[in-house]
Formats: sequence, C-alpha cells, structure tokens
Amino acid sequence: MSASQVPVGGTGVLEVKNLVKDFTVRSGWKRSKLRAVNEVSFTLEPGKTIALVGESGSGKSTVARMIAQLETPTTGEIHLDGRAIARHGDALARYRHAVQMVFQDPFASLNPYHTVGHHLERPLKIHGVAKGDDLEPAVHALLERVNLTPGEVFAAKRPHEMSGGQRQRVAIARALAPGARFLVADEPVSMLDVSIRLGVLNLLARLQREENLGVLYITHDLATARHFSDEILVMYRGNVVERGPSDEVILNPQHDYTKTLLAAAPEPSRHGKLRDEVRAELAGNA
Amino acid sequence: MAKGALRQLLPSRSGKLTTGLVIVIGITLFAIIAPFFTQNPRSSQNPAMLPPGADHLLGTTSLGYDVFAQLAEGARSSLLVGVTAGAIAIVLSIIFGIVAGYVGGWTDAGLRLVTNIMLVIPAIPLQIVVASYLQKRSLVLVAVILGVLGWAGGAVVLRSMALSLRTRDYVSAAKVAGEKTWRIILVEIMPNLLPLLAAQFLFAVILAILNEAGLSYLGLGPNNSITWGTILNDAQGGSALTRGAWWWFVPPGVLIALFGCGMSLINFAIDEIINPKLRSAPQAAKRVRKAGGDVVVNAEQEPEKVNA
Repeated sequence: MSASQVPVGGTGVLEVKNLVKDFTVRSGWKRSKLRAVNEVSFTLEPGKTIALVGESGSGKSTVARMIAQLETPTTGEIHLDGRAIARHGDALARYRHAVQMVFQDPFASLNPYHTVGHHLERPLKIHGVAKGDDLEPAVHALLERVNLTPGEVFAAKRPHEMSGGQRQRVAIARALAPGARFLVADEPVSMLDVSIRLGVLNLLARLQREENLGVLYITHDLATARHFSDEILVMYRGNVVERGPSDEVILNPQHDYTKTLLAAAPEPSRHGKLRDEVRAELAGNA
Repeated sequence: MAKGALRQLLPSRSGKLTTGLVIVIGITLFAIIAPFFTQNPRSSQNPAMLPPGADHLLGTTSLGYDVFAQLAEGARSSLLVGVTAGAIAIVLSIIFGIVAGYVGGWTDAGLRLVTNIMLVIPAIPLQIVVASYLQKRSLVLVAVILGVLGWAGGAVVLRSMALSLRTRDYVSAAKVAGEKTWRIILVEIMPNLLPLLAAQFLFAVILAILNEAGLSYLGLGPNNSITWGTILNDAQGGSALTRGAWWWFVPPGVLIALFGCGMSLINFAIDEIINPKLRSAPQAAKRVRKAGGDVVVNAEQEPEKVNA
C-alpha cells in the first residue's frame, strides 16, 4: 500500500492494444464465430479513470476479463510498463500484484463459505503484503479504509450477514489488498441499491486519489461515467464507437448509439411527463 | 473455520435425521462394543441349530456357531468394508469429477472418458469376475475392489457441480487474487460441495455394504472373514430356509436393511441442505393437493349454477 511495495518501474501505464476476442458459438452442428471485442485500444494511466460504457453484450465485461487475465485475447496485446504481460508463473503473479478487479455482483464474488477476514487475508498473504501476526491488523486496517468499522467485527462476518453495499466494500478492499496500481471495476454499483451507489463510487474515488490508482470503470450508466471518469469510451457490439474526454462525449455526442444512450437516461426536465401521458390516455379511454 | 460456517453445513433437526442417526449410531456401537462381550464367533463347540434362547441370544448355526457372536463380528467387517470402499470411491470421484469439471479441456476429456467407461461397465458382473479371479481375498482387498468399481456415478454429479461452480465470480476473484489451481479447488470449491460430498459418501458406503453382501452371498466375499453377507451365504449353504432356522438368516438381513435405511434417512436430511426447497416440499404438496381438491369441487358445483 505504500510506495515501497510498488515494484521497480511501477510508474508506467497499462496499455491495451488492438484487443480482439472471438467466441465460438455452437448451435447443433453449426459453429460460428462471435466477435465480442473488436480492436479495442486504450491506455490507462495512474490516477486517471477511463469509463467503458455500453449496453449488455457490448463486450465491455469481456475487455475487463481479458485485462484481469480470466480470458485470453484472440489477438492483440496488453502491455504493463511497456512490456507484454505474462500468462504464467511468477511474472503472472507480479502482474496480478499490479492489476486487480472488482466484480459486478457482490453477492456472487464473495465465497459464501468463508469469512470476510479470509477473503482479505489471502491476497495479503499471496502477495507478501503482510504475514503472521501482521495479518490481522492489516485486514482490519483494510476494512476500515473502506469504511467498514470496526474492522474486527466485520472481519468475523460472513458474506450473507452483510448488505450488498457492505459486500461490495469488502470486494473493493480485497482488490486493494495486494497494493494494486490499476483497478478494473466491472459495473461495481449496478447491483446495489440506488441509495448507496454514490457512497460506493465516492469511496472508489477517494481510494483512487489516495493510491493514485488507474481505474477502468465499466458501466452502462452515462451519468456516473461522467461523474467519475476523465475519458469515456462508448462500446457498441464489440466496437469502440466513440471516445473522448467525458464532458465532450456527453455534451457533444457524435455517434448515433451514444445519442440513443443519452436519450435513454431519465432527464429531470421531463419528470412527470410519462405519468401525465398515461393519465391522459386512461382518461381518453374512459 | 468459523462456528457459523459449521452450523450452516449441519442438517436441521428433523424426524428423518434423528431416526437415521439413532439407527446408524446404534448399529455402529453394536459393531464396536458387542464383539467384546460375545463368545468367539468361530467356535463351533455349541450344540447345532439351537433356536434363540438364554444361552445363545440368536441361537446357533448348523455347525454350532453362535449367531449373535457372528452377527457382531459381521457388523464390524461389513462396516469396515463399507467405510473403506466409500472413502476410496469418494476420493476417486473427487479426482475424476471435480478436477475434470474445474480444469476442463483435455484433462476433462480424458478423465470423462475413464468415467464413462466405468459407468457403462456393469459393476456387479465385473466385481464377480475380479473377485473370482483373485483366489485370496482379504477384507481390505474386497473393499478396494468395491471402492475402485463404485465411484463413476458420483464423479458425474461432482463434475457437473464443479462446472457450475467454476464460473462463479468468487472463483474468478480467487484467480485474480492469485490463488493456485489446487487451492481454488480445495479451499474455494470443495467446501461448497461438502453437503453433496457427505451425501455421496453415505451413498457409497451403503452401496459397498450391499455389494459386499451380494458378493459374499455368491461365495466371492473375503476369505476367512465373517460379514453379514457370509452369514447369509452360510445360512444358504446350511439350508436354513428349508429347516426353518429363521434366527440364522433374518438378523443379518434385517441389519443390512436397517443400516441402509438409516444411512438413507441421514442422506435425505443432508439433501435438504443442498436443496432447501425439499424442506417445505411435503407441506407444499399437501397444500397443492388441497387446492386441487377445491378446484374439483368448484367444477362440480358449476353445472348446478348454470342449471339454476
């Protein structure tokens, strides 16, 4: 968590170059290729946030899984600190040390069988951040950093005893545990109650400032993307159809899909319009 | 492991579980304790074919063996065969099921091929062939044969469970955290399969005891050991049935049936942890039946209304 744990050359960027992912789709005897991600490139810098926006199935989660090395890209490369990333062994462990991920569903990403403490101890141990007697205080400190106080109470809990927001905080703490420099957040608030989304996002933003994290924020919500990120990439059917500084993309959308996306967001000035329309229609029928 | 974790894994108390536990623990205690108090089950000094009485609780056989003593010794060996074979079977089904399901690819293809072959070979004839090929069969050898030939069904179930668990986010998260494959299987996946594994183990034990009894009845059981199956085989050889010596063949048969019944009852209780819907299934079924009855009544009433 301190500068001393950052490996040598740890000030570089995470670069994604022409990433392509094809999935083989089988239906009966027929096999066809589905291109989930097509030639996606971007550069994630420390302290910066890139938002990847798109509808379900647009390939944004696949990009996240490829960066987290849960999927292998069909073609294209991912570079960390200017070097192509490793897929095996110690070099992969070093990569995981630098790049971590927060999953979408906090009800699925924590093992129901293990305590919160276990979830945080393991990455601390694996990445040599703390061991032995230091482990417990380190776990408690992590929990307190994500506003789960007192740490020792939450460390003893198991996932089902916590709310969605609390679970997602644990998931964020777990991603921070190795002392990562880059964080892939795959729709981190989409499964949470609307009332606690902002809290979790503000927490992420605070941690980002504290650790100078590079964040890839994946979402389908343009409003939070604008609130949270420096740059927005809009994905549609595997392609990046629009990219640019956040305000630019929101205020001056170029691509049709971005315009549709913006129009789909509820607009304060239209509040009550829909209700009035329904009422008028009902009155007309009567 | 936290206390809560343990409690969640334990089945809730119910009539089924209590009955099952009483039967199984009772028979196990009988197997452990009774042989210390009975006479030598291999001593033929007693008068032959005595019906149950004060001296010989369950009478004697045609060769003058004490049936109660044989039953107690047989319980010991039968349970030993069952537990050993069950343990071997469960370890093999974990290797062939969970590893295949989790690792996937060529490992999966290879392990699944072996599983499928084992699955289609009819187990009892193969056991007969193997057992008759081996002239000297110790108790442990019979247990190994039964265990090695009895894991395939469990492996199929475990493989499909592992296939479903491997795509869970918490497994992906463990991978991203840098956990090694074997640790993910043992620490992240296996605990969530514990109820299923326990159920499969119990099932494997019942199956092994039944199969051992079957083999022994055919005279292919362990040499020089007394099990419930060999007692039945002896009873058959001594024509107990035609001579009306019910005390010879009924007790081992009843014990085999009781033990299987007890284990199954425990298994049902464990099933309720895996699938909580089962817990409310009887009540739900009753409710549906009731509702269905009402509908029928209404249907009968309706024509009258129309007539009126």
